[in-house]
Amino acid sequence: MSGVRVLVGTRKGAFVLTSDAKRKQWDVSGPHFGGWEIYHLKGSAADPNRLYASQSSGWFGQIIQRSNDGGKTWQPVDNKFVYDGVPGTHQWYDGTPHPWEFKRVWHLEPSLTDPDTVYAGVEDAALFRTVDGGQTWQELPGLRGHGSGPAWQPGAGGLCLHTVVLDPSDPARIFVAISAAGAFRTNDAGKTWRPINRGLKSEGIPDPNAEVGHCVHRIAMHRSRPGVLFMQKHWDVMRSDDAGDSWHEVSGNLPSDFGFAMDVHAHQPETLYVVPIKSDSEHYPPDGKLRVYRSRTGGNEWEALTKGLPQRDCYVNVLRDAMAVDTLDSCGVYFGTTGGQVYASADAGDNWAPIVRDLPAVLSVEVQTLPPSLAEV
Amino acid sequence: MVASSGVIRVVLPAHLRTLAHVDDEVTLHLDREATQRSVLDALEASYPMLRGTIRDHITQKRRPFVRFFACEEDLSHDLPDAPLPDAVATGAEPFLVVGAMAGG
Repeated sequence: MSGVRVLVGTRKGAFVLTSDAKRKQWDVSGPHFGGWEIYHLKGSAADPNRLYASQSSGWFGQIIQRSNDGGKTWQPVDNKFVYDGVPGTHQWYDGTPHPWEFKRVWHLEPSLTDPDTVYAGVEDAALFRTVDGGQTWQELPGLRGHGSGPAWQPGAGGLCLHTVVLDPSDPARIFVAISAAGAFRTNDAGKTWRPINRGLKSEGIPDPNAEVGHCVHRIAMHRSRPGVLFMQKHWDVMRSDDAGDSWHEVSGNLPSDFGFAMDVHAHQPETLYVVPIKSDSEHYPPDGKLRVYRSRTGGNEWEALTKGLPQRDCYVNVLRDAMAVDTLDSCGVYFGTTGGQVYASADAGDNWAPIVRDLPAVLSVEVQTLPPSLAEV
Repeated sequence: MVASSGVIRVVLPAHLRTLAHVDDEVTLHLDREATQRSVLDALEASYPMLRGTIRDHITQKRRPFVRFFACEEDLSHDLPDAPLPDAVATGAEPFLVVGAMAGG
């Protein structure tokens, strides 16, 4: 029987949750790297036993861990992230120039075809890549160097490159998102980049044609339609049908269009999920009710999914990297909260149940759908 | 100050012991004068996974929340090429790498 492996990054370590395809009984492994912040861990689509984890601490900096056996054992690999050339400056919160300084890796995106190739989105915002399984990392400097870099300004969480989306149909096309610079696309494997923010509207940016400055929280894509992108912006849920060249709002009837997490159903490219959050200063669900919202129409028309989720006195947040889907026939949807719960739905969101309730604050959730040869439970 | 006896003892904070897969203090063989730089160079040569965790990869400066102690003295602000105390150089006392206390 197939199985699933849920990779959970938290403020105090990583956890690996495994189940068979029924997704009723779960085995919980962890904490791995206890006491360290695990911003993200993710498996390779080309080799599901190859995992990469971003481990960091305010005391001891950045570590990258790699597993070749599905998370049973880990080995630290290279942690040297050095900006290409003279790093230059971006804008600080007060508008003054500030030198680019590496702080941490927010997101690791393994190649879809090569387990040794991984992209790393980092703070201060830049994109790095390894092609040797993490033994060395090199910046793709065209992103910071395309022209607008000196005007980028950090969001409240820092100047972080937090989203990396690879185009399954074209290895040379990559989408990234940076808070609070916006979304960018390369069509030539990272040599050159262009901002793709046309149509985004943000309070505080009076110029509707501003090239950068938008606080994009998350971008999601269905692998069968890489030209269609969905975006959870600081405020507003957006959609692009031309690979980011233009965006239009699809927030529709959401109770709040502020939020962080977003994903697309594994088999229905017009079905997407978001978790509305009350506001940019109130990072918890509206009315104390934890509700996932699902649209089956590519946005605009949303339904609340509540069965099994707390509907009173709930004031957790769901962070941008903390939602994922599996690819089993009945699509599973998963998300983690800052309250330490990881919820799973084995029926595309109709019913939910917690896998675990009391982890440290969840920073990221990724899911691997395992073939019978690798499923263990 | 005396030349290194060849054996330096280093005590790491718990998280770095875990990272380096060591249970107790680390023993290093040093063929140079014992200084912060020479000890940390030897430590990182033996345990490459510690590179970047105690001092910055590029500047080689001590990370802000890491401190160095030995013989009940705070050596954190000593110059990296200053000789370490004799007791550290002879292996009588360990060189302590400490994660600074933080919190509220």
